[in-house]
Amino acid sequence: MQSSELETNKIRNDFPILTRKINGKPFVYLDNASTTQKPLSVINKIVNYYSFYNSNIHRAVYDIAEEATHAYELTRQKVCKFINANSPQEIIFTRNATEAINLVSYSWGRKNIQKGDLIILSEQEHHSNIVPWQILAKEKNAKIKYLKIDKTGNLNLNELEAYLNSNNNNIKLISLCHMSNALGNIIPIDKIINMAHAYGIPVFVDGAQSVPHLTTDVNSLDCEFLAFSAHKMLGPTGVGILYGKKNILEEMDPFICGGDMIKEVHKEKTLFNDLPYKFEAGTPNIADVIGFSSALDYLNEIGMDNIRNHEIELTKYALEKMSELKQIKVYGDVNLQNRGGIISFNLGDIHPHDLATILNEDCIAIRSGHHCAQVLMEKLEVSATSRVSFYIYNTKEEINIFINALGKAIKLFQL
Amino acid sequence: MSDDIYREIILDHYRNPRNKGKIDNADVVIHDSNPLCGDQIDIYLKVVEGQIKDIKFDGKGCAISQASASMLTEMVMDKPLTTAKDISKDEVLENIGLTNLGPARIKCALLSLKVLKMGMVKYYSDKEPTTAEKMEKDSNLF
Ligand SMILES: Cc1ncc(COP(=O)(O)O)c(C=O)c1O
Repeated sequence: MQSSELETNKIRNDFPILTRKINGKPFVYLDNASTTQKPLSVINKIVNYYSFYNSNIHRAVYDIAEEATHAYELTRQKVCKFINANSPQEIIFTRNATEAINLVSYSWGRKNIQKGDLIILSEQEHHSNIVPWQILAKEKNAKIKYLKIDKTGNLNLNELEAYLNSNNNNIKLISLCHMSNALGNIIPIDKIINMAHAYGIPVFVDGAQSVPHLTTDVNSLDCEFLAFSAHKMLGPTGVGILYGKKNILEEMDPFICGGDMIKEVHKEKTLFNDLPYKFEAGTPNIADVIGFSSALDYLNEIGMDNIRNHEIELTKYALEKMSELKQIKVYGDVNLQNRGGIISFNLGDIHPHDLATILNEDCIAIRSGHHCAQVLMEKLEVSATSRVSFYIYNTKEEINIFINALGKAIKLFQL
Repeated sequence: MSDDIYREIILDHYRNPRNKGKIDNADVVIHDSNPLCGDQIDIYLKVVEGQIKDIKFDGKGCAISQASASMLTEMVMDKPLTTAKDISKDEVLENIGLTNLGPARIKCALLSLKVLKMGMVKYYSDKEPTTAEKMEKDSNLF
């Protein structure tokens, strides 16, 4: 199926929020890298759980508790399949991608990182994939090496190879975002994992932006860890996923401790539960995990390849239209194969927050700011950018509305 | 509404900020930023006999934050500290003509006032600790 065949009209009908009009204008949502909208099936799934089988999971023996446990675990199986993991035991539910990264920096990091060790990140990481490692490094007297990115936001694999080659004894982890939330660049993560594994170095993939938009196969990627958030892929907020290779997760100590993550508790000692429950202490976000299964169904129904094609098409169209405005500067790679449906830009000297305010008058939601990537902003020598990001329900008409509004801003600021 | 926000006067102060720069031997230098949008403001104060003899601001950020800082310096230049100390948020918003900003953008408009007040607290904390304490306690300030 070609991207143009993605039936956006039909898709849009499934998203109640997209029928909203504000001041008589249609709502144009272009901030999908931040969070996506939710289809009715996801909303209904949650309402249905609360209405008809609300109960705690993994504990009680009565029927509705079994129903809830079953629905919760079904989502785990679907996630397992969605990213092609070997076993649902490798799928751990957290609150979000951030918590998944923290889980690993805490449980794995505190055991495996020692004085003088090196952790490799890049200059375009989200704060979520910087701060937990910084804290770990500080605690352990380890160091962080930031891989440089060039002006288009691409990593230099030669630099990485040279660095791996000369420091391989001390490098204990590489953690990188597969797709940058600020630039949309997609890094050659498969190659990087192969390079790292040649030196026996594990790789953590921050998939917060990539998993919602690209087919993800942890089996062929062979990464040690992968983190992502349900809310960026049609799912509810409050659900994150950590994938980890089973043998590694088994070696790790728990992160948060309490009920559910134990097998036996005695006054002097506790026997931890099996995977994945060892990492899911306390009552989890049952309703939203259950709701997430409908999001996965929805994405599977459309097909990740079709989603990718649709986004390439929209990005191509938007980049063409934007390039007609001479006052605009677009960041990131120009090659559509190397970027997702995210476009970061600046319009003349209009501050992104002013631009976002002006676009808001036309009911267009875009993001402005540093996108939780201040290290990258420093590199680009800007304090902020404006950003549009697309998903399955966005259309070329919406891009036209956006481009028109840019024209208005140019007039207003007399650029 | 954006036509209302981005009126000529705002754009004028944004493009041609008044009292922008540094003061070499300032009595107080103070800095703050808005974590939401990264707007940054430094304020330099020269105080002579309880009067703001000179004020300059430096910074970067959106038109609202920068224009508002520029207008604030005009508001307090040559004024007694006791007057500047009592400037309210509403006065600043009225002065720049932005009384219907949303909660996110209001922080941009009021950043410079916040920095100015922080600067005055710093100034008083050496000279009149009780005044400084009182200012800090006044939750309405920041
Ligand atoms: C690349 C990247 N990593 C991590 C995160 C953190 O995701 P969450 O806020 O859902 O934990 C985001 C969210 O914007 C992201 O874009």
